[in-house]
Amino acid sequence: MVNPQNGKVKILVGMGSCGIAAGAADVYHALENKIEIENLDIELEKTACIGACYREPLVEVRVPGLPAVIYGDITVKRIRDIFEKHIQNKEIISEWLLKGDNLQTSEDELFRKQVRIVLRNAGQINPERIEDYVARDGYKAIRRVLMEMKPEDVINEIKASGIRGRGGAGFPTGLKWQFARQSQSNEKYIICNGDEGDPGAFMDRSVMEGDPHSVLEGMMIGGYAIGAKEGVIYVRAEYPLAIQHLETAIRQAKKKGFLGKRILGTSFSFDISLKLGAGAFVCGEETALIASVEGKRGMPRLRPPFPAAQGLWNKPTNINNVETYANVPWIILNGSDAFARLGTEKSKGTKVFALAGKIKRGGMVEVPMGMPLRDVIFEIGGGIKNDREFKAVQLGGPSGGCVPASLLDTPVDYESLNQTGAIMGSGGMVVMDDRTCMVDVAKFFLHFTQEESCGKCTFCRLGTKRMLEILERITEGKGEEGDIEKLELLAENIKKNSLCGLGQTAPNPVLTTLKYFREEYEAHIHYKKCPAKSCRELITYRVIPDNCTGCMVCLRACPVNAITGAKKEIHRIDPETCTRCGACYDSCRFDAIEILTGEEEEVAGEIA
Amino acid sequence: MEAVDTQPVETIDFAPLEKVLKKFAGKKGAVIPLLQETQKIYGFLPREALLRIAEATNTEASHIYGVATFYSQFRLKPVGKHIIRVCHGTACHVGGAERITEACEEHLGVADGETTEDRQFTLESVACLGCCSLAPVMMIDDTTYGRLTDREAKKVLTHFKK
Repeated sequence: MVNPQNGKVKILVGMGSCGIAAGAADVYHALENKIEIENLDIELEKTACIGACYREPLVEVRVPGLPAVIYGDITVKRIRDIFEKHIQNKEIISEWLLKGDNLQTSEDELFRKQVRIVLRNAGQINPERIEDYVARDGYKAIRRVLMEMKPEDVINEIKASGIRGRGGAGFPTGLKWQFARQSQSNEKYIICNGDEGDPGAFMDRSVMEGDPHSVLEGMMIGGYAIGAKEGVIYVRAEYPLAIQHLETAIRQAKKKGFLGKRILGTSFSFDISLKLGAGAFVCGEETALIASVEGKRGMPRLRPPFPAAQGLWNKPTNINNVETYANVPWIILNGSDAFARLGTEKSKGTKVFALAGKIKRGGMVEVPMGMPLRDVIFEIGGGIKNDREFKAVQLGGPSGGCVPASLLDTPVDYESLNQTGAIMGSGGMVVMDDRTCMVDVAKFFLHFTQEESCGKCTFCRLGTKRMLEILERITEGKGEEGDIEKLELLAENIKKNSLCGLGQTAPNPVLTTLKYFREEYEAHIHYKKCPAKSCRELITYRVIPDNCTGCMVCLRACPVNAITGAKKEIHRIDPETCTRCGACYDSCRFDAIEILTGEEEEVAGEIA
Repeated sequence: MEAVDTQPVETIDFAPLEKVLKKFAGKKGAVIPLLQETQKIYGFLPREALLRIAEATNTEASHIYGVATFYSQFRLKPVGKHIIRVCHGTACHVGGAERITEACEEHLGVADGETTEDRQFTLESVACLGCCSLAPVMMIDDTTYGRLTDREAKKVLTHFKK
């Protein structure tokens, strides 16, 4: 798509947080400089996350007469080629090509299988310019709602679409709105939960960074539907760029009359403010979030009363997640039928996932509900990094679980994922390969929930601590007979005796790994062996004499000087000094370092 | 969490704090933003500032202290000029975040959570920075560095020190 207004060459740089971290800002400035110095007639634009994070920095080039293409791995050095080859000579540089209109690339599948509703503007607009959003049907939905629909119509439309909360629990959004509408009060609130705390999830960050107006518009429609005049976005302080883009969006929307008093000349007034989270995972729970907005310690309280009856400042409040709100304008404009046609019987529409971990194409993808996990990971995500073996995918963060290879055909919908013991969650998908130890993963999540437990419920506060201690012992080779049973007993009691979702789901990572990878726990406990060769106390690094060329690379890579040997002399690792960091293993180019665990370790010890 | 009382008493300049207090005067639910802005001024939350906030907002000091100790963003101890946050989210964890922390510890000569003697750097572990596809990552002040190895992390630090 060439800029239709003027037929000029246009260059877009993906400047989401990931892009910037990969060097996109340098690329942008270099482009800017070149265009200015050479006085080129080229439009340069910033956009946010395009979705193919694994190829960041991404640059899209639109030259009249050529298909629009997206290049990946663009560095400052490569800019010259883009100008000379692509823009001047009109040659597409296949080497860096990620995607092009009507062009086949090896990575096409990443985009072809996606259906983009929430990400409809991702990588297409400059999120800091309201005009870009408006040009892509932005604020048309709120116009339609205000001009043509009664609040009840809006609620019915959302109900008919079948959309359920994208924060994880999957409560029907329309019903939630209806409850808040039915609560009698002259003061109501709309809250957007942007406290994306699940480690391994970054969908909401990308939406807030890349298309902030869609979130604002969704909230406004929600406000009109339930009868609220004020909205609050609770966003993590760890997301500085999202905060900045939301602030800009609010300011621009106010200026254009989309926010504020008497919106679009109607009697509807609505205002939105930001509240920055201060780093407490439990604030993702709605009652804790409300306490935090009120300036208190973010501790959950018993429900009922639900926020729809008594929420912020004890007034009826509707809380939805970022992704849920971003869906709303699309549903209004395209109709509930169009939305409900996508997905499964009980899970409608699409879901955005953040693909990360040991996956080839890490990034942001949006797929129709019901797509099998296998397709998401292997077709869209391209499979496992370095073609290693798929072991499990972690869904739903600390509340979720690990789904093994045998269940890869599970469709992504709320019910099917629940059946595996994992949950849909907010959309983090962390892929693990054969080098990931499942006991260690369980320990990782328990460490997280144990730290983030607010301390209100005894079972959550102390039970997670006891579970963590057991897991720590197991990974250190000090596991005892009966540990697994103790873990199961604790898990059951923590689930039963915790007030909020954090405690109720905290044991899930342990329970799912016990369910699908029990033998790994047993190997740690009974044979002091880590099958993934990952737990440091249970492994030894050793040089394979036949393969070692004496090149000194590992010797230099070792941070603790545990490797001895001279040039062209077989090296030796001193197990006493070695910290098992794995730097030698990663640096060796001759496969001359092996990792031993359990009995192999003892045998090796005898030989040495 | 260490009690505030055990800290060395530092005299602080109240002028910028008064400005912040004025900005939030009379606003409800302002404790967290107030503490956030206070921390922006001093780099941490000095005891004197907490007491002043309690007085100005007509709140019990225990409530302010309770909020300050609940959220991980707030610090009761002074920190270095630059803050290094090594991400320990899921993707970073499976990608080797532990080694990144170790590399930083080794390079800076401090343990995780500590500040260098010259008060230049504070090393921290954080839950998730949301740059999972570039794992492992770390953040120095507001800049994120991705696709790290232990060597790369040390290089970044060396470069940053210059």
